[in-house]
Amino acid sequence: MTYAPLADCGEETAILPLAVRDLVLRLGEATILDGINFDLGPTGCTMIMGPNGAGKSLLLKLLHGLIAPNSGRISWGKVRPTRVTSRQALVFQKPVLLRRSVAANIEFVLRARGKDVARRDFLLDHVGLAHKAAQPARLLSGGEAQRLALARALATDPEVLFLDEPTASLDPASVLAIEAIVSDARARGVRIIFVTHDPGQARRLADDVVFLERGRVAEHSSAAEFFPEPQSDAARNYLSGKLLV
Amino acid sequence: MLFRILSVTATTLALAGAAMAQDQSIIVQSTTSTANSGLYDHLLPIFRDQTGIQVNVVAVGTGQAIANARNCDGDVLLVHAKSSEEEFVESGIGTARTNLMYNDFVIVGPDDDPAGVGGMTDVQDALSKIAEEGALFASRGDDSGTHKKEMLLWGDTEADPTAASGDWYRETGSGMGATLNAGIGMGAYVITDRATWISFENKQDYAVQVEGDEDLFNQYGVIPVNPEKCPSVNSDAAQTFADWLVSDAGQEAIADYEVDGQQLFFPNAPEN
Amino acid sequence: MQSMGDALGLAVALVLSGDADLLEIVLLSLRVSLTATAFACIVGLPVGALVAIGRFRGRSAVLIVMNALMGLPPVVVGLLVYLHLSRSGPLGFLGLLYTPTAMIIAQTILIAPIVAALSRQVIEDLHVEYAEQFRSLCLTRTQTVQALLWDARYSLLTVGLAGFGRAVAEVGAVIIVGGNIDHLTRVMTTAIALETSKGDLGLALALGIILLGIALGVNAAVQSVRMAAVRHAYV
Repeated sequence: MTYAPLADCGEETAILPLAVRDLVLRLGEATILDGINFDLGPTGCTMIMGPNGAGKSLLLKLLHGLIAPNSGRISWGKVRPTRVTSRQALVFQKPVLLRRSVAANIEFVLRARGKDVARRDFLLDHVGLAHKAAQPARLLSGGEAQRLALARALATDPEVLFLDEPTASLDPASVLAIEAIVSDARARGVRIIFVTHDPGQARRLADDVVFLERGRVAEHSSAAEFFPEPQSDAARNYLSGKLLV
Repeated sequence: MLFRILSVTATTLALAGAAMAQDQSIIVQSTTSTANSGLYDHLLPIFRDQTGIQVNVVAVGTGQAIANARNCDGDVLLVHAKSSEEEFVESGIGTARTNLMYNDFVIVGPDDDPAGVGGMTDVQDALSKIAEEGALFASRGDDSGTHKKEMLLWGDTEADPTAASGDWYRETGSGMGATLNAGIGMGAYVITDRATWISFENKQDYAVQVEGDEDLFNQYGVIPVNPEKCPSVNSDAAQTFADWLVSDAGQEAIADYEVDGQQLFFPNAPEN
Repeated sequence: MQSMGDALGLAVALVLSGDADLLEIVLLSLRVSLTATAFACIVGLPVGALVAIGRFRGRSAVLIVMNALMGLPPVVVGLLVYLHLSRSGPLGFLGLLYTPTAMIIAQTILIAPIVAALSRQVIEDLHVEYAEQFRSLCLTRTQTVQALLWDARYSLLTVGLAGFGRAVAEVGAVIIVGGNIDHLTRVMTTAIALETSKGDLGLALALGIILLGIALGVNAAVQSVRMAAVRHAYV
C-alpha cells in the first residue's frame, strides 16, 4: 500500500459526480480490489455493502485519497488530479480522538482548517455532546466518541462524508443517534458514502447500494431495487444470511 | 508556556551578563592545594574588604591552570612549578613572576609502612627504597605542579617508576585529593604538599613518613596575565591582587592561616 | 570510613540548618539544569517530532546518530564548549566562560540529543495512531508536529525529566566550563567533587543525598502531574 503525499490535499470545489474506472489494489501477492467500476451522482446516500474481506474499507480509503491504487482511475467531478481529500471527511470505525477535551477536539479541526472556531458550540450541540464539552474526549462512551468523530468530520464542511462502519459494536440507541446525524447531513446536501454490514441500517439510509464481493462490484442498484430483489447471487445470499466463501 | 521559558532564559542570560559586566572581579587560575586547604576562604574576604575586588578561583592542577591562562581564561596565575612559571613569563603571557610563599612536600604512607621509609629525611633514598621494595606508590600523573616535582625527585634516583606504571607505580591522572583518596584506598605511598595533607579529612591510618629534605621545598608564585597578549584581562584588578598578596598585609594574612593549629603556608615574597 | 547513616544525619542537619551557601548551590544547580532542560526541549522536541513523522533518505542514519549522541560523555562536551568559549576560542569575545550561561550551554548540548531521541520514539508511537486521521483531515506537516507534540505532552514531560536528570547529575561538563567557582558557578555535583577531593567524604556523601532528594522531589512533582493526566486519559 502506498501513501499519497500530503501535498495532494488540494482545495477544489464541486468534486462530484464520481466515476471509478478499472480500479485495482494489491497488497503484496493478494489482489484486494480487482477492477472496480461505478458512478455516483452528486446527491444522496450510497451504502457500500459486502462480506468481510470484500475490500470495502480500502475502497473508502482509495476514494478518500489516503492510499493510491495500483491501477485504474478515480475521477471526482471529472477533474484530475483525483485527490480531493480536503473536500471530504472520513469517520473511521474506531474513532481516533485527541488527548484533549471534547471541545478541544472540535476546536483543533476548526482551527487547523481555518474555520470559525465559534461553530464549536453549534457542532457539539448538534451531536448532543454540549454537556460533555469540558470532559476528556477519550473517556467518552463508544457512542459518544463516534458522535464526536462525526461532529469533527462535519466541522470541515465536507462535500462528501465517508463512514466506515461507524456503528459497529454500538448499542441500538447510539446507532440511531448516529444515523439521525447522517440523515440530517444528507438532507443538507452532503454526499454520503457509507460502509455497513447491517442490512437494516442500509435499508434505513440507502438511496443506492454498491455490493462488493471478492474485490469486484457484484451489483450497483437503487435501494428500491436492491432490497426487494437483489440481482446478484452474492447480494441475495448475503441478505438472506447465507455465508459466502 | 514557550514564552515563559524564553523569558526565564533571557533573565538568566541577563544575570550572567551582569556578573560579567562587574568590573571589579577577576579570575585566578590556581593550583588545587591553595584552594582545597581553605587558604582562599581566609584570604579573599580580607582582600575584598580592603579593595572591593571579587576574586573568583578556578582550582585545577598547575598544568591545566597554566594552559587555561595561556588561553587568556584568567587574570592571575597562582601555581607552584617554578620552571613552568618562568617559561610562562618568558613566552610573554605573564607579566612577571613573584615568589609568594612556600611550604613543603611530604611523603605520606600507611602506619605499617611496608617499604620501611618512616623517619627518613633523604627523599631520594626513600623513593629508591620504595622502588626496590616494589611498594605501592600513587602518582598524580597529571602534569600538575606536584607531579612535576615528583618526577624531578625520581629523576635524581636510579629508579624508573614509569616503567613500573600499572605495577607498583600507579598514576591516577587526578587531582591531589583524588590521588590521596585512591592511594589511601590501595595502601600506596603518596607525595603531597603539606597544606593539602593537613587539611585533608580522609587520612584514615595514614601519616607523614618522609619529610624535612630541602629538595621537598615547595615554592608558590604569582603571575598576572599580560594584557598585551590577552586584551580581555582585568589587568588593573589583577595587578592589585598580585601586589596585595606580596605586600605586608597579604603576607601577614597568609602567615595567619592555620589548620588544626598548624601554619600551612610560609610567606616569602621579596621585601618591597 | 564514614557510614551511610552518619552521612544521612549530616545531610538532614545541613538541610535543617538552612545554610545559605548550600541553598545558593542548590538553587544554581536547579537554575542551570532546568534552563538547560528548557533549551534542550525547545531544540530537541521539534527535531524529534520531525524525524518521527519524516520519511526521508538517510533517516536510519539520523536515528543511529541521534541515539549514539545520547551517550555523549559530559567531559567531552565540556571540553568542546570550553574550546569555543575560551578567550582564545572563536566565541571568546562573549566572555561567557566560567559563568552559569556557559554551564547552561554545555548541559543543553549534552541533553538535547537525549530529548530528541526519546521524543522521537514517543512521537513516532503516537503518530502510528494518529497518522491516518491526520491525513484525512489534511493537516500540514507543521500542524501535525504541533498536534503530536501537544498530545504527547505528558509522555514528553518524562522525556524532559530524563534530560533534567542527566543534566543535574553530571559533573564533567560544568566543572570545565564553570570552573567550580565559589558563589558563582559552584553547583551540587562540583561541590561534591570538591569535598571528595578534600577528603571530606561525609560531607560529599551528604551533598549527594541532598541532590538525590532534589531529584526525588522533581520526579514526584512530574509524577503527580502525570497521574492527573492518566485519570483524564491524556497519556
